[in-house]
Amino acid sequence: MSARKGAEGGRSPLWQIRTAIDPRQYWLLALGGLLAPLLAWGLASSLDGVDKVFLPGPADVLSRMWSWAVEDELAGDVAISTWRVVAGWALSAVIALPLGLFIGSYRAVQALLEPLTDFIRYMPAVAFIPLVMLWVGIEEGSKVAIIFIGTFFQMVLMVAEDVRRVPLAQIEAAQTMGASRGEIIEKVIVPSAKPALLDTLRVTMGWAWTYLVVAELVAANSGLGYAVLKAQRFLQTDKIFAGILMIGLIGLIIDQGFRLLHRKAFPYLAGRH
Amino acid sequence: MGANIEIRDAFKTFGHGPRAIQALEKASLDIRPNEFVTFVGASGCGKSTLLRMIGGLESLSSGSIAVNGQPITGPGVDRAMVFQHYSLYPWLTVLDNIRFCRQLKAHTRDRTSADVEKASGRADALIRLMGLSHVAHAYPNQLSGGMQQRVAIARALMSRPPILLMDEPFGALDAQTREVMHDLIRHVHRIEGSTIVFVTHDVEEAIYLGQRIVLMAPRPGRIDTLYDVPLPAERHQDMKLAPEFLALKRGILERIRETSGMKTDLEQLARLSAAAADLET
Repeated sequence: MSARKGAEGGRSPLWQIRTAIDPRQYWLLALGGLLAPLLAWGLASSLDGVDKVFLPGPADVLSRMWSWAVEDELAGDVAISTWRVVAGWALSAVIALPLGLFIGSYRAVQALLEPLTDFIRYMPAVAFIPLVMLWVGIEEGSKVAIIFIGTFFQMVLMVAEDVRRVPLAQIEAAQTMGASRGEIIEKVIVPSAKPALLDTLRVTMGWAWTYLVVAELVAANSGLGYAVLKAQRFLQTDKIFAGILMIGLIGLIIDQGFRLLHRKAFPYLAGRH
Repeated sequence: MGANIEIRDAFKTFGHGPRAIQALEKASLDIRPNEFVTFVGASGCGKSTLLRMIGGLESLSSGSIAVNGQPITGPGVDRAMVFQHYSLYPWLTVLDNIRFCRQLKAHTRDRTSADVEKASGRADALIRLMGLSHVAHAYPNQLSGGMQQRVAIARALMSRPPILLMDEPFGALDAQTREVMHDLIRHVHRIEGSTIVFVTHDVEEAIYLGQRIVLMAPRPGRIDTLYDVPLPAERHQDMKLAPEFLALKRGILERIRETSGMKTDLEQLARLSAAAADLET
């Protein structure tokens, strides 16, 4: 992409629709976007008359995070929560990937399963808690099950859509080269959809984390979501902040990991230079 | 090399009942072995539908299409197809795209070392023929549209198909690239000896490439007129300005306007501008 100079009368490309900007400007703006709310938060919490119970400052939250890590079980909470989220999400993926592949490839399977999935995905995962407790119990399985319910039905539909987006010409070209149905799925549809599928896994991982607090409503005595819920009971606002920020931070790290993997796994997506 | 194609009363409707759309009225046509036939016509004339029916990608509502006397029932390795775009596999290099069919069971029945050697020689030969040597290990996304279509053609030729079906393969290319591709595909026709059926909406392209032109008309899609192209087998770009070329082009364009209803549109436009001129005076 070349910066469109001259034609725009030398004006900065900053406000040109869809025009690429200088990478340094990009990173500065990104940093500003992250720091500005932090600054605003710091300012607001230091104002006179603002009760720390309502709005603890960044320093309070940081020190609470520190004491959580040193005196309490922050590492353990992070580990158990990450395990629950990843387990629920992975269980979804293991079933949703093949199922979505079939829904996206065969109209008959689509007709059979897609309206049903569409119906179920509007049901709130929280409302399933009593049923899950009844059927799965209150052990680890129940937390995993809630995260599974929250992510699975969306994931199936997204996988099916990724599969349907494989250009028909790619499939038909294989047909005219004599490929069998199995070969088309294995050698065309799956490799063609892979980048989109990895993106779907990344996005649904984000959703899985948003169901963590819900999942740890179920008779938990550990985990980040549980810590937030317990802090709520004792009005430890700074700990609520710390828990929420911790979940956000883990999410950000995992998301960046997925993006890195995407770049490494699909170098052919980079266009012409 | 090259196979004959017999199209008998090929008929196609899409949909059912009163809302069914007739895509192709009973069409019959014989295409000779090693012939280069171009289908031309306004959009909706069924030219792509007929090509896809030959390729086995579209079923016939009635009638039949036979290749060397064998009725076709679906896609087959004897009929390779080149699409307008998005048919290459972006995760494979140029070379692996061209060799793609070697991964398929349909092409690996006789796997002696001599066969494998012959196939790899074939891939190399196609890469040289298509002028792709310097990009053999690049990915399709790194190539221009013209180069991508060269890869698509090479891939289609890999298994030495007796019939090559081309569905507006140069429709998305710029005019200069298209001229180069025209001479390239004529060269391919000469040395490969495949029967080529080529669909286009560009009349000049249809004349320059084809030995015979099948003009199709819309509503309902049908074969309207057949033209023999009065040009020698050896062709060069200057011929596009020859009187017989221009006369044929004029005749075909005229017929397309008549059959597509474009003529009445133009007449109406003339009446409207005349009326507007009256208002001004």
